[in-house]
Amino acid sequence: MSEFLEMGSHGFYVWTSYAIFFAVLAWQVCQPVARHRRLRAQLIEEQALRKGNYEDEAR
Amino acid sequence: MMRALVALIGRDLKLAFRRGGETLMPLFFLFAVIILVPLGVGPEPNLLASLAPGMIWIAALLSALLALDGLFRSDYEDGSLEQWLLSPWPLAVLAATRLFSHWIITGIPVIIVSPLAAQMLYLPAEALPVLVLSLLLGTPILSLLGGLAASLTLGTNRGSVMLSILVFPLFVPVLIFATGAVSAAADGMDPGADLGLLSALLVLALTLVPIGTAAALRLNLE
Amino acid sequence: MWQKIKVAFHKLGSPAYFYGFSGRLLPWLWIAFGGLAAWGLYQALFVVPPDYQQGDSYRILFIHVPSAWQAMMTYVTMSVLAVITLVWRIRIAEIMAMVSAPIGAAFTLICLTTGALWGKPTWGTYWAWDARLTSMLVLLFIYLGIMGLYAAFEDRRKGARVASVLILVGLVNIPIIHFSVEWWTTLHQGATIRLFGESTMDPSMIEPLIYMTIATKVLYAALLLMRSRTELADQDRRRAWVRQRVAGSTARG
Repeated sequence: MSEFLEMGSHGFYVWTSYAIFFAVLAWQVCQPVARHRRLRAQLIEEQALRKGNYEDEAR
Repeated sequence: MMRALVALIGRDLKLAFRRGGETLMPLFFLFAVIILVPLGVGPEPNLLASLAPGMIWIAALLSALLALDGLFRSDYEDGSLEQWLLSPWPLAVLAATRLFSHWIITGIPVIIVSPLAAQMLYLPAEALPVLVLSLLLGTPILSLLGGLAASLTLGTNRGSVMLSILVFPLFVPVLIFATGAVSAAADGMDPGADLGLLSALLVLALTLVPIGTAAALRLNLE
Repeated sequence: MWQKIKVAFHKLGSPAYFYGFSGRLLPWLWIAFGGLAAWGLYQALFVVPPDYQQGDSYRILFIHVPSAWQAMMTYVTMSVLAVITLVWRIRIAEIMAMVSAPIGAAFTLICLTTGALWGKPTWGTYWAWDARLTSMLVLLFIYLGIMGLYAAFEDRRKGARVASVLILVGLVNIPIIHFSVEWWTTLHQGATIRLFGESTMDPSMIEPLIYMTIATKVLYAALLLMRSRTELADQDRRRAWVRQRVAGSTARG
């Protein structure tokens, strides 16, 4: 197993490369997901505010 | 009809000369680089000779960058650009005319003093004609690409920062081919390949950039 | 049949329909990417024997080369979308062109960093001012310039059109990258894989490379749809369809 991880003394370069690939990939996925969540939260908040205002007027 | 274009160039040059500083800035930049670098890296002639093509060209890049931000901005803000749309001349021709005056103001002074700068940096004499030729071919490309970038960033609120970001990757091939040609000549090799690529870039830029600039101006005027 | 395709195409132009359709497509794309990448990486790391010259370091190839190809493919796709943007002004195309830039920048970044990590054990240096490497770095800056220019406009649609002009200008760089290893004598090795004619690569290495290449294409499609949906919903945040589908309410409004 450790032989596999060492990759004939090139382990550092190979594994860092693969790690970078998946790190950038994860970042690319997280960015739009986070933005979508933020948008959703904002829209829900706006709706709640709007409903709150209507109730105020009704009273 | 030609008179309109001549008048446009005349007006651009007159404005530049009235402002005074603007015409001297490219030269000041060139000399600032040429004086500061030997003071920084030391007066070793061989070292300076190998740095010379790059330094003179970087000065040319900086001087092209100088006047870019204002290239279309004041005309955009006071509505003159909308008059351009109404002119019988195609927008691409008018834009090319403006880029030509930019080259007269920033490119030609650098070309004229480049032999002096080359002497100060010990550039081998046989490389001098190639240097001047590379500047003759290359600086118009800088004005064209820079003008295109200026027209793209016209409608943005932080134009000048965007402008330098956009211009940087566009200038890279010009710098590579031009300094490649001069260095080859300085080493006694044939600069033909690099000069050929530079001419190809110039032809490509001359034909396509005015169209692109016109499209960008039109989009920004919408 | 033709009529059906045309109708489907026009339907996709509607933001609400696109949002729903891409939402349904996305899980399948992720499954496909997971399967292809898992199989490709398994082969690349466990099955393929070490190279007789480079040892195990060449295993970086299986992410470096597909990323490099995808970085360029993304630019070409983006240019096609830019033409559609400028000529027909189709909004979905505008958005897809603009969100392609960060994805392409990510692939370029992967290509450059893995290339540096591969260069150290094989060339003895992380970076060389070589034609292939420099033109790839220029590609990264072009991607960043497109993103910056788009972001600098307050009117997003106008920004998309102006940035599309820049995309088409930057297209000149793509053939330079592609031919840089043939035009100049460089450190970077030439292409060892050819679509037509003889490849100069060991057949056992080709299979994982093909899997990883298809995987990155699917990955691009998935990221493109994800980003496009978000951008679309954000731009249309005042519209009723966004309120219904994104915020999940039936509020009138």
